[in-house]
Amino acid sequence: MKLRSAFLLPARVWMALFFAAPLAIVCAYSFLTRGDYGGVEQPWTLENFTRLADPLYLAILWRSVWIAGLATALCILMGFPLALFISRAGKRKSLYLQLVLLPFWTSFLVRTYAWLFILRDTGLVNTVLTGLHLISTPLPLLYNDGAVLIGLVYNFLPFFVLPMYATLERLDPALLEAAADLGARPLAVVWRVIVPVSAPGIAAGAVLVFIPCLGAYLTPDLLGGGKSVMLGNLIQNQFTTARDWPFGSAASLVLMLASALLLSLLMRSRVAKEIM
Amino acid sequence: MPHPVLELRSLSKEYPGHKAVNNVSLTLERGGFYSLLGPSGCGKTTTLRMIGGFEQPTSGDVLLDGSIVNNLKPYQRDVSTVFQNYALFPHLTALRNVQFGLRERRAKDSEPRALRALDLVQLTAKRDSLPAQLSGGEKQRVALARSLVLEPRLLLLDEPLAALDPKLRKQMRAELKAMQRKTGITFLFVTHDQEEALSLSDKLAVMNAGRIEQFGTPEEVYLRPATAFVAGFLGAINWFGKAGVRPESTRISRQLPAASECRQGAVESTLFLGNCVHVNVRLEAGDRVIAEVPREDNTFSEGETVWLHWQPADEMRF
Amino acid sequence: MKQRALGIYSAAALAFLHAPLLVLIAFSFNASRFTVWEGFSLRWYRAALTDPQLGEGLVNSVIIAVVSAVLSTVIGTMAAYGMWRRSAPLLSGTLYLSLVTPEIVTGVSLLALFQWIFRFLRLPLGLPTVIVAHVAFSIAYVTIVISARLRNYDRTLEEAAMDLGANEWRAFYRVTLPALTPAIAAAGLLALVVSFDDYVITSLVAGVDSETLPMVIYAMARRGVSPVVNAVSAFIVVVFGVLILISQRLQER
Repeated sequence: MKLRSAFLLPARVWMALFFAAPLAIVCAYSFLTRGDYGGVEQPWTLENFTRLADPLYLAILWRSVWIAGLATALCILMGFPLALFISRAGKRKSLYLQLVLLPFWTSFLVRTYAWLFILRDTGLVNTVLTGLHLISTPLPLLYNDGAVLIGLVYNFLPFFVLPMYATLERLDPALLEAAADLGARPLAVVWRVIVPVSAPGIAAGAVLVFIPCLGAYLTPDLLGGGKSVMLGNLIQNQFTTARDWPFGSAASLVLMLASALLLSLLMRSRVAKEIM
Repeated sequence: MPHPVLELRSLSKEYPGHKAVNNVSLTLERGGFYSLLGPSGCGKTTTLRMIGGFEQPTSGDVLLDGSIVNNLKPYQRDVSTVFQNYALFPHLTALRNVQFGLRERRAKDSEPRALRALDLVQLTAKRDSLPAQLSGGEKQRVALARSLVLEPRLLLLDEPLAALDPKLRKQMRAELKAMQRKTGITFLFVTHDQEEALSLSDKLAVMNAGRIEQFGTPEEVYLRPATAFVAGFLGAINWFGKAGVRPESTRISRQLPAASECRQGAVESTLFLGNCVHVNVRLEAGDRVIAEVPREDNTFSEGETVWLHWQPADEMRF
Repeated sequence: MKQRALGIYSAAALAFLHAPLLVLIAFSFNASRFTVWEGFSLRWYRAALTDPQLGEGLVNSVIIAVVSAVLSTVIGTMAAYGMWRRSAPLLSGTLYLSLVTPEIVTGVSLLALFQWIFRFLRLPLGLPTVIVAHVAFSIAYVTIVISARLRNYDRTLEEAAMDLGANEWRAFYRVTLPALTPAIAAAGLLALVVSFDDYVITSLVAGVDSETLPMVIYAMARRGVSPVVNAVSAFIVVVFGVLILISQRLQER
């Protein structure tokens, strides 16, 4: 239908020019070489990818994976009970969901800055602890992996709670009643029935947290200083200060592919279709 | 000789897997009230949508006033549809809804004409109400007025009374019939309710599994059905072997009757229906039949042996 | 009962989610620049209002947010409507991909594109490049909001309009568009917020003269914590909160 095609045209053009084409350029750059003045030129090479296997860069890749993984694990541990509580909250469900989402509706930058304010040497935690005479010198709470972890969990907890809640809400209450009927105590019901049955939902929520954590840039930048370099920081650095665009492009490609792979696994699962 | 207002020539609509409409041909003359009757899934709504222009036929032609309109869009056809869910525009008042088509044509007198149409369906008082404030019956009348005000050559109605409660349905039936007579516009009414089709139509087409099994007047279709399906769909029918006889034509007596055809059976139960009584009888051969008797003859009791007989003229054979 | 234990835990978890922001806002009213409460004061708000850099950043952010919100809302609404009439798997796949792609990757790829274009067109990084980038990532958000509204929309209404003589465009304009108006407003507000908040992509494609508010805040935060940032943050929290609240109300209509 002519009208429908016309309606789709602006979006198609814009996404093609300003989303797909840029990604294609990055893809191409990742196989080229850095020029003398920071440009991009031939020859075509795989060197950028092999360079990523250097111990230095491998460490960054590894740190990204384990920080993202740990953040995801924490989100699961912290988020699952919260989602369970909300799913059983009856009339107040939407109120609690709003409360979970409320901090999310503020600026990402502000949310990350808040932890800067709390964790720095003259920040809230240190000031309180010093005031209570529990410590004499400030604790170095900032500019390390731990601070980055806190920042990531804080920002992405709702990404887990919401889909987890959606899954738990659909749980058949008869299953729980049957388990209780067969003698299972409340904790056992959770562990032996709810968790296994909602496992696909847990996996889906985990992927939804892991992907943005893997590609995090602002959080490790503000809260990690230069000390907790993740993949996102590496990429930003290569495209600005270091001016090695081909190498940065290779790193970007690796990040993109990892994200796309995880996402495709998510989309294929039945759970995803229920949640989305 | 003027062209018939609608002609369907070997119309078919195929989907991967099944033929929704299978080689349907039909001719409707100007000014009549016609019905398409059939069970769910028989293809009547699909046929209607092809006439309206919302579906494209796989093969065959739709002719309006003698011209083939297959390639014309709904807004290019002089046909109007009253949808099953009324499809009133929620953001417009009743008056604006009725005016919609006229304003699309840039008619200068759209408001007075719309008011006259609302008056015709007795809803002038609700002219400024939004659809959400109207009852089911009122919405239906606005939908009707909205289509009629355009004075189309053919009005299509897709089970418009289905969502109404029984009492309102009967009332709306009478109003629809009166409306058709008054305006003289050709109506094509789709329904699965045989009582509705019989009471409203000048002629009706009985559809089954994508085909038209019979097209005729209510008397023809009820008394001289062309197929066993039509016979069974239009009303209850008793099968005595290959002969079918309607319950109201099935006589019941305690003595052997002086009739050429009769069967013996035992009374299973009687059902008091208010204006008549249905006597359920089990024949020797095991078949169950129903004899309809007047209220006063409600004297049969369970277990009684009775004789069933009928006039040969009332038999239907296929 | 298990629910009580869960309830206690959940209260703590929700406190964890809200406390940092509340603390931030509370200390924006602190008379002292140190993290020790020394009395109520509005001095940091006054400082924020008179800071020229913040002012310029705010102006840039508003211009960019408004222009990109308008563009992305128009483009996204059209796309959602087009996809509702006829499925377009490639476009919807691309839009979802744009939501999931890490911002750093989107940012550097756009930088690469603009650099490449610069060789031919001499178009420097500045407000236009930022706006282009913002529209690119906002379209998906708009499309989601409008698509959600269309999912519950009765298709026969457009058929009825066509039946009464309106062609496809008129049917959209006279019947569907009025029904979409609250959703369009909601999507526009969402696009506004998303654009205003962006730091990562903007910082890469902004160039020297077009600093946005997040960029100024970032620079201030990097230099050392100042309560002025707290004040600006509090302001942003309130404004965003109100805009999102309105957007959600509109979507419920």
